[in-house]
Amino acid sequence: MNLRRIFAIAFKETLQVWRDPRSLAIALLMPLMQMALLGYGVSLDIKRVPLCIHDEENSQTSRELVQRFVASHWFAVAHTLGADRAVSDAMDRARCVGAVTIPVDFSRHLAMTGAASVQTIFDATDANSTNIAIGYAQGVIGQTTADFQADWAAARGLPTQKAGKVDLQTRVWFNEGLDSRNFIIPGVVAVILGLVGAQLTSLTISREWERGTMEQLVSTPVTALELMLGKLAPYFLIGLVDAAFCLSVTAFWFHVPFRGSLGTLMFTTALFTLVVLGIGYLVSVRVRSQLGASQIAVTLTLVPISLLSGYTFPIDQMPAPIRAVTLIVHARYYITILRSIFLKGSTLGELAVPILALALYAAIIMWLAASGFRKRLD
Amino acid sequence: MFDRLHAMLIKELLELRRDRWAMFRLLVPMFIQVLVFGYAATFTVNSVDTAVLDLDHSQASRTLVSHFVATGRFHIIDRAATQREITQDLDAGRATVAIVIHAGFGQYLNSGRTAPLQVSVDGTNSNTALIALGYVNQIVAQFQSEETAAVWPARIMSASPSIAAALQERPWFNAGLEDRWFFIPGVIGTLTLIQVVSLTALAIVREREVGTLEQIMVSPIKPIEFILGKAVPFFLIGLGEVLLITVFGVLWFHIPFVGSPLVMLLGSSLFLMAALGLGLLLSTLARTQQQAFALNFFLVNPLFILSGFAFPIAAMPRVLQWFTLINPLRYFLVVIRAEFLKGVGVGALWTDLSALALLATGMLGISVLRFRKSLD
Repeated sequence: MNLRRIFAIAFKETLQVWRDPRSLAIALLMPLMQMALLGYGVSLDIKRVPLCIHDEENSQTSRELVQRFVASHWFAVAHTLGADRAVSDAMDRARCVGAVTIPVDFSRHLAMTGAASVQTIFDATDANSTNIAIGYAQGVIGQTTADFQADWAAARGLPTQKAGKVDLQTRVWFNEGLDSRNFIIPGVVAVILGLVGAQLTSLTISREWERGTMEQLVSTPVTALELMLGKLAPYFLIGLVDAAFCLSVTAFWFHVPFRGSLGTLMFTTALFTLVVLGIGYLVSVRVRSQLGASQIAVTLTLVPISLLSGYTFPIDQMPAPIRAVTLIVHARYYITILRSIFLKGSTLGELAVPILALALYAAIIMWLAASGFRKRLD
Repeated sequence: MFDRLHAMLIKELLELRRDRWAMFRLLVPMFIQVLVFGYAATFTVNSVDTAVLDLDHSQASRTLVSHFVATGRFHIIDRAATQREITQDLDAGRATVAIVIHAGFGQYLNSGRTAPLQVSVDGTNSNTALIALGYVNQIVAQFQSEETAAVWPARIMSASPSIAAALQERPWFNAGLEDRWFFIPGVIGTLTLIQVVSLTALAIVREREVGTLEQIMVSPIKPIEFILGKAVPFFLIGLGEVLLITVFGVLWFHIPFVGSPLVMLLGSSLFLMAALGLGLLLSTLARTQQQAFALNFFLVNPLFILSGFAFPIAAMPRVLQWFTLINPLRYFLVVIRAEFLKGVGVGALWTDLSALALLATGMLGISVLRFRKSLD
């Protein structure tokens, strides 16, 4: 290995990047735009679910129940409807996501038997949102019921609580406000770095093939390893700038709480950048056409990073074979690391497993990439 | 005109056929993505890793814990002996939920007093935490009503009949609340968008980069014929993908398709035209394939996130909601999901379909104009 040759390749590659300002601008501006857009776009917080209410009874009690739905900030009561047909029509046209029907004998039933039912219909196309909305609706009904019960007992001069009661105290750790952004934005950083990184390096070698400069490269004394290190160096810098930028936006703009140490963050980020660039380079070594290289790079990065990394969908809920596949998704480890550093303030020692996994990953990818490059023209 | 278009089409198809890997690169990622989405894309919360600290050791506390286990929603990984162990479980991420039952829980409950029960949830994944908390609430409410009914059946009946307004929820269109039914139809839109836009953009830029575009331009072919010649094969590929994924989703994942194939075809055609327009537009903005590739990422990722595919549009800030209005994927997803699950007709979808038509003509129009200019 010759440092001078590595430097020469790095210098050539830097010049090439520098003299293609459009690509450089894309590489530096893309993460900026994406962070801004995605940071705001990736919220799973379900608030103000559009709700239609069909109050058949229109009594004092039923109106109070309606009022409870209106007053809770979980629902936006969009329409009050007159008939069953109108309900199904409103759902078909997606004007409301849920419809509450208070039956005509609601308060009479409640007074006579002590139990009455309210029917809600949800457009469950989006199963997750529906699940959460049902939880909210149960909360509203539960609270209203408790108040009705207290009123009823007070009217008869009875003490409200006779039976033993479980006082459920729930505490949420690490992400106290249950803000989905605190959970997803660190994932967004990993997705953007993973995509940008692979995109930066996946065309470097195939471009030499397509443009015919490979012959010149092969005739120089440079070795495969030197070529790789030299080619990766400028992109590593760009990747680190992108990473620094994305992480700053996460902490200072979106105010995701940062509880860990900066050193751990920098070390792990550099490691992940290396893995990502290495994957792009490996594709580039293997596939000679730029079109093919780009398609393979997208396939290898976009889907695994956005689906199998735990970025939105929790890995522990996946079936076992898919869980096994996620073990080879590099972003999985980085996302775990990022979330732990940001939200839990984990230290290097606590993160040993994912860090070692990333390091092993980097070593294997680099070895494959370096040995995959042959100085031959056929 | 048709002769020249015919020749152009033959050239494109030949190019596609002689690239041995082209079909492989199209089909393999597609099947992988559909499979991954079908199996991995789930927000369901089942067997959450749970640590229990039971300091009471009473019958009531054991019953409560067995209630948690019986639902299948919680999986007990650690029966801790001290508060410290519980804290460590949460810190290390071994457990997502920790239940602490203090000493005296059963006794308090039996003597009619308030018995505290502490539940801590790791909120790192806010969605899982929120749903798990909902289950905790339901289980505790269930436990409480059974407990009170068992301990004081007589007193309950005579003194304080509980007034309860029960919520009967009926999820329409997706009664089992299956995430798969939501995501697989969505994959049709996102996949065709990603592939059609990148194929169109890269194919044209390659001709320019390799220098064959000039050869085509000196031939008598007109720009519009060139564009059509490029667009028709990709349009057909896109339609083929829509069809394949639909069939795969219905046969393999048993997603119901209750709507009309014709409405689906109409929506798909309009959407593919918009996607082709986008690809063409990208090709006019990029000089090299690398740039086209980067721009493609730059464009497709936001289109994907801001479409309602996974993240509800209603949860986005107002400004981003406006952005989604010019995203063809947004409307296409509404159409596909409605056709798969709701089976509504053109009447209920006319706003989405006309928005798609508008975007398709707009995007194709602008990009054709720009493309003709870039040829001069």
